[in-house]
Amino acid sequence: MADLYTVNKSPFEKNSLEQAIRFSADGASILLIEDGVYGAVAGTAVEGLIKGASGAKFYALRSDVKARGIAEDRLIDGVELVDYAGFVDLVENTDKVQAWL
Amino acid sequence: MSDVKKFMYLNRRAPYGTIYAWESLEVVLIGAAFDQEVSLMFVDDGVYQLVKGSDTSESDMKNFMPTYRTLGDYGVRHMFVDQASLEARGLTTDDLIEVAWEDWETEEEVDNIVEAVDADKCKELMAESDVVFSF
Repeated sequence: MADLYTVNKSPFEKNSLEQAIRFSADGASILLIEDGVYGAVAGTAVEGLIKGASGAKFYALRSDVKARGIAEDRLIDGVELVDYAGFVDLVENTDKVQAWL
Repeated sequence: MSDVKKFMYLNRRAPYGTIYAWESLEVVLIGAAFDQEVSLMFVDDGVYQLVKGSDTSESDMKNFMPTYRTLGDYGVRHMFVDQASLEARGLTTDDLIEVAWEDWETEEEVDNIVEAVDADKCKELMAESDVVFSF
């Protein structure tokens, strides 16, 4: 099993997402939460971060996406929305959780 | 009226993730009591504060989007948005809330005081402000 990385900072303000991707092993899961969900939006100056990452699977926390007024159809293809229960499942199904702050 | 100063509130943080946006809003509302000429500027992640469609029903946070819509009633005359910051985030003014303004004495009305401006205009607006509050 691979690891779960969480990213909670805006990719426009900090390089947390960039570094999480850079240091992720193949098969890693990267979950975007809080301001981290801005990284999951298509058509931005930083969409290349996720679009260019081949080895990881990306998730975004639905409640944080909705709070920020981001419509689901504006997410980058392949980013999966999860609710809190889905967050727990991801934690259960990975070796450990590493937070990128 | 020579006591009237130009106040600008400069917002550069996204809503919800940190307390900056909410604190700025609170100070703007408090400052409304002082009868100054108030404008708000949204730059960088600050532009996210005005994105419409916010739904906090699943996240146990107060949705303070409706408060922005009332700012015209609290003496805020202009809400400027940096065009380049919008573009970097794949946003246009169509994605933003509209805020109406009305002068109760003269009955002058403006449908929407939210306005995208370029960097030169931002620069000019900041330069001509007497005080800039950063959040």
